[in-house]
Amino acid sequence: MTENDKASSRPTVADRSAPAAIAVDHLVKVYKQTRAVDDISFSLPRGSITGLLGGNGAGKTTTIAMIMGLVLPTSGRVQVLGRRMPEESASVLGRMNFESPYVDMPMRLTVRQNLTIFGKLYAVKNLSERIAELADDLDLSDFIDRANGKLSAGQKTRVALAKALINQPELLLLDEPTASLDPDTADWVRAHLERYRRQHHATILLASHNMLEVERLCDRVIIMKRGRIEDDDTPEAIMARYNRTTLEEVFLDVARGRVNGAKEAAK
Amino acid sequence: MSQLSLRRGISAHRIGAMILRYWYLLMSSWPRLLELLYWPALQVITWGFLQLYIAENANFFARAGGTLIGAVILWDILFRGQLGFSISFLEEMWARNIGNLMMSPLRPIEFLLSLMVMSLIRLAIGIIPMTLLALFLFHFNVYALGLPLIAFFCNLIFTSWSVGIFVSGLVLRNGLGAESIVWTLMFAILPLACVYYPVSVLPAWLQYVAWALPPTYAFEGMRALLIEQTFRTDLMLEALAINAVLLVASFGAFLALLRSARKHGSLLSAGE
Repeated sequence: MTENDKASSRPTVADRSAPAAIAVDHLVKVYKQTRAVDDISFSLPRGSITGLLGGNGAGKTTTIAMIMGLVLPTSGRVQVLGRRMPEESASVLGRMNFESPYVDMPMRLTVRQNLTIFGKLYAVKNLSERIAELADDLDLSDFIDRANGKLSAGQKTRVALAKALINQPELLLLDEPTASLDPDTADWVRAHLERYRRQHHATILLASHNMLEVERLCDRVIIMKRGRIEDDDTPEAIMARYNRTTLEEVFLDVARGRVNGAKEAAK
Repeated sequence: MSQLSLRRGISAHRIGAMILRYWYLLMSSWPRLLELLYWPALQVITWGFLQLYIAENANFFARAGGTLIGAVILWDILFRGQLGFSISFLEEMWARNIGNLMMSPLRPIEFLLSLMVMSLIRLAIGIIPMTLLALFLFHFNVYALGLPLIAFFCNLIFTSWSVGIFVSGLVLRNGLGAESIVWTLMFAILPLACVYYPVSVLPAWLQYVAWALPPTYAFEGMRALLIEQTFRTDLMLEALAINAVLLVASFGAFLALLRSARKHGSLLSAGE
């Protein structure tokens, strides 16, 4: 993503007057003895693309699940597109969508059948045209009438992305969207996400372990560790603060507890 | 799926989408279709011959022709009705698709209504050939029961939906570890609902339990119709009242279990 692209997708005046796409306020999730998410707060303006970074068990998936309304917080609040989740989810679920490794599309149904069903669930107008458009955009045409279970991992990811984009969501939540993809397909998916955000001025929250992906796509990064927010800034500012040239190095500093040392070195 | 969305309208469009999803699935898999047909056929053949044998050797059964085979058909409406509901639900769990549905605008009541419609469709595919077999092989015409058959059917299908809704909630909350309950819970009702024998056979204290179950009324009603040629409207109305309570209670339990699943994060780990 170029600097011009990033600048063009920053919130406009109109966006600033609208409620944040996501507002998380002192969110806590406790599973028995484990504090999976420990008092986090952040707000994402509309049209932004934010990376949620952290090692395994950092609380990324639980945070996204609470934003989606799939998991109830122990305490704290989540607002999505100005509505409280999960209490008012009915008024926003049609305006958002998601992709996650924790769910699959029905395997026996063809790609077209799956997209038809989800299109109907999301009340997509001119559904056949929308499916044709997605097939064209995401290069699904060669296997659109093949059962989902017979697709390769890369093809399945593109289908899952097509499902996530079927309703042209204002807010897209992506949990490791390029995990287990070869570099070429992963790059292709990233390019499509960039294009979608630019064209629709959508807000994207992306949980990933892939630092290059986050550097390329995101104009903001939230780093989580043990359920807490460890850092929250632009990728450039975070790298400068840790005196590192890549987010991967920053990630390792955070994961290995070298945070203070790295920050001191930067000073 | 939002619980609070119940206050808003129900979308026939979304229910239709879910029915289409299950229809696509049925049409894409001949083993699924075969399974719908073969077990009811096997049941009616086995019990039909048993009925013939007993009728030749016992006057009472000769007089009460069809009570066994009629009971088998009504039991299958109850059992297959619940399985038709629950298997469609389990398909979502097996496919790890439940998260997609929960995150879509589909509402719990719409999801459950689509499962109810699917249970009727799956039942029709299995039961209609079964009744035709009973007619041609054993000269038992279940449709000759006339309007009472509709009353029996409605009461049995309502109970099957209540059980289906409740066990679906259990699976949502506990994951596929609770799947065996889906297949076996109805069999706990079998001896108490007095499918093959009258309630009077049970000990007095157990009769109270039996009369708390709506299917008992349907099976007693069928026997009254076949043996005494009397349609017991009172039994059907009482069963309907209990069914209404059960349906509301099972829906409440489903919502409570869904909420508990959200609280414990089970929706994320639900899968094969």
